[in-house]
Amino acid sequence: MAVLTINDTSRARRSRSASAPRPFSLSRFGGRWLSPVLLLLLWEAGSRLGLIPERTLAAPSAVLGTLLEMVISGELPSNLLVSFARVAVGLLIGVGLGLGLGLVAGLSRSGELAVDPLMQIKRTIPALALTPLFIVWFGIGETPKVALIAFGTIFPVYLNLYSGIRSVDLRLLDAAKSFGLSRWEQIWHVILPSALPSLLVGLRYALSVSILVLVVAEQINASAGLGYLINNARDFMRTDIIVVCLMVYAILGLGADWLVRTIEARALIWRPSIVEQ
Amino acid sequence: MDARLGFSTVDSAVHQPHPEPVVRLRDFTRRFGANTIIDGLDLDIAPGEFIALLGRSGSGKTTLLRTLAGLDEVRDQDVEVPDSRAVVFQDARLLPWKPVWKNVALGLKGDNGRARAEVALKEVGLGHRLDAWPLTLSGGEAQRVALARALVREPQLLLLDEPFAALDALTRYRMHDLVLSLWRKHKPAVLIVTHDVEEAIALADRVLVLDRGRIVAEERITAPRGERSSFAGRLREKLLSHLGGDDHDDGVVPFAVAAE
Repeated sequence: MAVLTINDTSRARRSRSASAPRPFSLSRFGGRWLSPVLLLLLWEAGSRLGLIPERTLAAPSAVLGTLLEMVISGELPSNLLVSFARVAVGLLIGVGLGLGLGLVAGLSRSGELAVDPLMQIKRTIPALALTPLFIVWFGIGETPKVALIAFGTIFPVYLNLYSGIRSVDLRLLDAAKSFGLSRWEQIWHVILPSALPSLLVGLRYALSVSILVLVVAEQINASAGLGYLINNARDFMRTDIIVVCLMVYAILGLGADWLVRTIEARALIWRPSIVEQ
Repeated sequence: MDARLGFSTVDSAVHQPHPEPVVRLRDFTRRFGANTIIDGLDLDIAPGEFIALLGRSGSGKTTLLRTLAGLDEVRDQDVEVPDSRAVVFQDARLLPWKPVWKNVALGLKGDNGRARAEVALKEVGLGHRLDAWPLTLSGGEAQRVALARALVREPQLLLLDEPFAALDALTRYRMHDLVLSLWRKHKPAVLIVTHDVEEAIALADRVLVLDRGRIVAEERITAPRGERSSFAGRLREKLLSHLGGDDHDDGVVPFAVAAE
């Protein structure tokens, strides 16, 4: 998230300087990139000079080489696909359940009575704490990994949808009623659109939770996926491969965030901040 | 009453009910717990009649309007309101996630919603803002959209809940003209809730003053709109005395109309 903020700011800065060219200055010209690049250079120099042993941390150049190698051999894409599928299926189930339960609890009193206490109890149990239980129940195959991701992503979606529905502007609802809209029309035209911004926040949480849970879940005796690559690399002390996988995790996180931002930009186009752009 | 006066105090004893009122309330009472908000209210509104309802905060005017709008359920009460009614609220209450024309067409049956919305928006002078987002409108524009949204339903009863209170004076006068021209064209019965006595006098056929859930004064204005300045001052004093004082229960009117 923080990395993305930096990206955005620098992008905005670049577009501004493009429209009004200013004299060259270090602080303006990619100033934000300066310190990370410097760190990379120090890291590389440290590795070359033998200050950082390779089994502690591989040099950036070595990491880049390994990355290329793993992409060309197909090792990285195939394992990435496995991890991606776990996240996708887990999210599909978790977000689906969160949506369903959020709608039930948000839209009806009896639904709230039935669902909300259970969800509040569920909230107190960290998803990852269930790992041992899920292994006992589901074994060590794909099921516990997907189940953990699903379990972890239900709550953020549920809570944000539920509170989004409950915080609907009653004056807007009154107006809709005064024009004779049926209950279903009220839900469709007023309640759900007003809950959407909140739901998207929940979705963004769910995506970051899913990747966090993925990292841990993949340590469970995996035979494919990013976690499998990392575990193998650990056994052979291949720090270059570990760093490559960490980079891929980061990129997955950025991609997830970008996805929600894209949805937001389209779905919330009516908001003034977005309208003005 | 003197015809030159331009307005007359309605005596409820000689009040002749219209044959087919669009709104008919008899002994309407509404309580919230121990508080009586509306207390045995009788009200008839004739088709096409323009009524202004004056009242201080807490006089029950919002409750009355919500009842007429069908927003509060009434049980075991003698209340008749037409099915086709529409409300314009003080805040425009447009759905920010729908473009202007979809707000106007909200809940309309049939597939010519956009065309009907366009006609209504042109009538309020906003034919060019069909696809605008509500949050980009000015206060006056938003209120005109709200008017269009009400009129597109061809209501028999149009309820205006302090619709111009948040607008600046100039915009408010323009809105008065717009409301009057729309009313002349479509002829709905109009009930405007306001705390602005000038507004009530400028717009209405009949002005009601509500206090503690009862109608404490009723003035019928017979002079045409635009020719009311001659007596507006006196009528204003009279209405204000009903609004302001606590001594109205004994029927004392500080300004004697008979002195004219």
